[in-house]
Amino acid sequence: MVSSIGGANLRMEVKNLNFYYGRSLALKNINMGIENNKVTAVIGPSGCGKSTFIRILNRMNDIIIGTRVEGEILLDEQNIYDPRVDVVEIRRKIGMVFQKSNPFPKSIFDNIAYGLRINGISNKTEIIDRVEMSLKNSALWDEVKDRLDDNAFELSGGQQQRLCIARALAIEPEVILFDEPCSALDPISTAKIEELINQLKEKYTIAIVTHNMQQAARISDYTGFFLLGELIEFDKTEKIFTNPSQKQTEDYITGRFG
Amino acid sequence: MLNISNRKWRELKQQIGFMTVRLAALIIFIILGILLYFIFSRGIKVISWDFLTKMPEKGMTAGGIFPAILGSFYLTMGAILFALPLGILAAIYMTEYATQGKIIRIIRIGISNLASVPSIVFGLFGLALFVNYLKFGVSILSGSLTLGIMILPVIIRASEEALLLVPHGFREASLALGATKWQTIYKIVLPNAIGGIITGAILGVGRVAGETAPILFTAATFYIRKLPDSVFSEVMALPYHIYALMTEGSHPKEQKAIAYGASLVLIIMVLGINLLAILIRNYYRRKKKW
Amino acid sequence: MTIKKNKKEKLLEILFLFFAFLSNILLVGIIIILFKESLPLFKEIKVLDFLLGRHWYPTYDPPEFGILPLILGSLWVTIGSLLVAVPLGLGAAIYISEIASTNLKEILKPAVEVLAGIPSVVLGFFGMVVIAPFLQNVFKLPTGLNALNASILLGIMAIPTITSISEDCISAVPRGFKEASYALGANRWETMIKVTVPAAFSGISSAVILGMGRAIGETMTVLMVAGGAAIIPHSFLQPVRTMTATIAAEMGETAIGSDHYFALFGIAVVLFILTLIFNIIADLVAQRFRKRIV
Repeated sequence: MVSSIGGANLRMEVKNLNFYYGRSLALKNINMGIENNKVTAVIGPSGCGKSTFIRILNRMNDIIIGTRVEGEILLDEQNIYDPRVDVVEIRRKIGMVFQKSNPFPKSIFDNIAYGLRINGISNKTEIIDRVEMSLKNSALWDEVKDRLDDNAFELSGGQQQRLCIARALAIEPEVILFDEPCSALDPISTAKIEELINQLKEKYTIAIVTHNMQQAARISDYTGFFLLGELIEFDKTEKIFTNPSQKQTEDYITGRFG
Repeated sequence: MLNISNRKWRELKQQIGFMTVRLAALIIFIILGILLYFIFSRGIKVISWDFLTKMPEKGMTAGGIFPAILGSFYLTMGAILFALPLGILAAIYMTEYATQGKIIRIIRIGISNLASVPSIVFGLFGLALFVNYLKFGVSILSGSLTLGIMILPVIIRASEEALLLVPHGFREASLALGATKWQTIYKIVLPNAIGGIITGAILGVGRVAGETAPILFTAATFYIRKLPDSVFSEVMALPYHIYALMTEGSHPKEQKAIAYGASLVLIIMVLGINLLAILIRNYYRRKKKW
Repeated sequence: MTIKKNKKEKLLEILFLFFAFLSNILLVGIIIILFKESLPLFKEIKVLDFLLGRHWYPTYDPPEFGILPLILGSLWVTIGSLLVAVPLGLGAAIYISEIASTNLKEILKPAVEVLAGIPSVVLGFFGMVVIAPFLQNVFKLPTGLNALNASILLGIMAIPTITSISEDCISAVPRGFKEASYALGANRWETMIKVTVPAAFSGISSAVILGMGRAIGETMTVLMVAGGAAIIPHSFLQPVRTMTATIAAEMGETAIGSDHYFALFGIAVVLFILTLIFNIIADLVAQRFRKRIV
């Protein structure tokens, strides 16, 4: 079992993580590092705990009643589950894009401005600038620049998901978590988002959960394979897909189960 | 042979069964029809612009019912102004904050049992607490508070339902952007639930407008010469007026005619309010994109 | 900065918690006030004499405060109302949920809602001016204001509760149950009577109990049409007087702090406890329904 790799330039670090839903142990003793300006992918069959895992990284599971975390999750060496830490601040630093695109029922502009406003930015020009910037960074600007006042729900599924990415980018997080962002999208939209993730890693640290192994192989630098709540193997993506050290990993990537 | 007659017998039973339940539905429909027919056909003869806008005359045997309409309006508005904010706050706790099953259960028991308290008991409660103990007297204030308490459970439930209809994804998205819980509630959840909350509140209004027992001793009076000038004034109220017209006074015939008119006005008010609630609900549904 | 923000959030949560508990607080307040305003009476007379006394003569000298006739009056009209409301309400619920075409449903469901929206005082008025003369003629009575009249009106009032809740429960019965029955060769009626309605039974009973609670607590209609005689009822064609009507009719003319005043609050205590029991039973039964179906 490989615990953490690289080690040189870790942005986040998961140490001895156990996670409980009520009394049942959903994740067992996870150790893993998330390297700066790299894409770290998490793969595994459905129900293996990969979505649960990524939601632990920005404390999204706090809002689910009856969950409990043991162990440490470090962001820049600070434990985000430390009781003195402000969860709101953590979520601002660690953005998230969800499986199902979830824009607010507001205009395209207001969707992005929302995050800015709640984080205390009230200067109009600054908001306008940052909305434009994030839409450009999420490669949506050209498609929506003339219709910023339209309701976000009028966008296509792929556009909505890119809007959600823009919304996350606008508040300039340090890490962005993607929870199966393409699972509801067509191949063309998927390709756009993959390309986008590739560009984003220059500025951001990225972790992505995907059920699509090819996607993990295409876009990630590191890959972790989860099975039944355990991290079976974690290594460079190349290594995982060409020469995995665990039998279970090999079975999974060669399609023998899952 | 036996098989066929058995099937026929079963078929016959089915026909009789269908007839019976159809008859039940029909009877209810007819009862409603008769009720509305009587009130409308007799009431409409009495209603005129003057009836709606003039003071009563000659010891309630002539003139209009304006003060009763106005009084009902005040009482209803007062009740809603009191119950709506409280109900929304309670509902927010239930849907957004509550995590412990035990606390939720205790609160639910409270809401459910408050809803089952008979209206006359609310009236006594209002009499003892607001009228006598707090010395608000028989007044709009006492009546509004009593009615407000009575519809609080309705408002809480309606608000809760509306809040729960807001997709979970909206909350997650907001929290993931670094919004606090309160920011999320205030800026995302409430604006998207407001249509449902208003609908619930208006349905509550409809109920309050027709209530008599809670205001018998807390607000209502059969007749006052002048219109109310403060929240501490006694008022005439439409439902109470109908009751009083039928049970007090010495000119049953004239009073009965006015009671028909007042009943029609009350029914139109209550049904109108409910219709308004439905229209608002449809408007928000159409506007809603999710 | 961070910590300050957290404090504000925490404060807000406590504020919301308080308002969430407001219903409980009010309920306790009601209980306290009802007891406080009725206890002095029981220094004068025994609880059992109050509950089982056969004479309600509050203004005689000496007064008698026996509320048995009032309790029985309430029970008579409540049971009477169920005899009206259960067959009609349940029948209509079955018809609406299982048989009626979509178009008919669109008419019947709003009709039931309209019925639910009719204020009780208007129903009482209707009872006085339409039903009472009718009953008087048919049964050749001195007055049509009696237990039967009140039962009919309370039944009409309980119908919407029973119909709409029962209809929800019947519709909530999983389709699989019905399909299994059809697959065994049962026709629609047999499936309804032997599978669907029994599966929804606890939900329907909860609706009926809830309707009972409403009927026993209803004031204005019975005040207007039940006739108002505080005697132990023997027949539906006789005037009766309920607990609610007694409070409503007499509180206005009672001096605060008199025995009569305390006695009326005592009636409210009895009424409150009765409806509480009905409500708790209805809740328990409804829970059982939910557990079984879900």
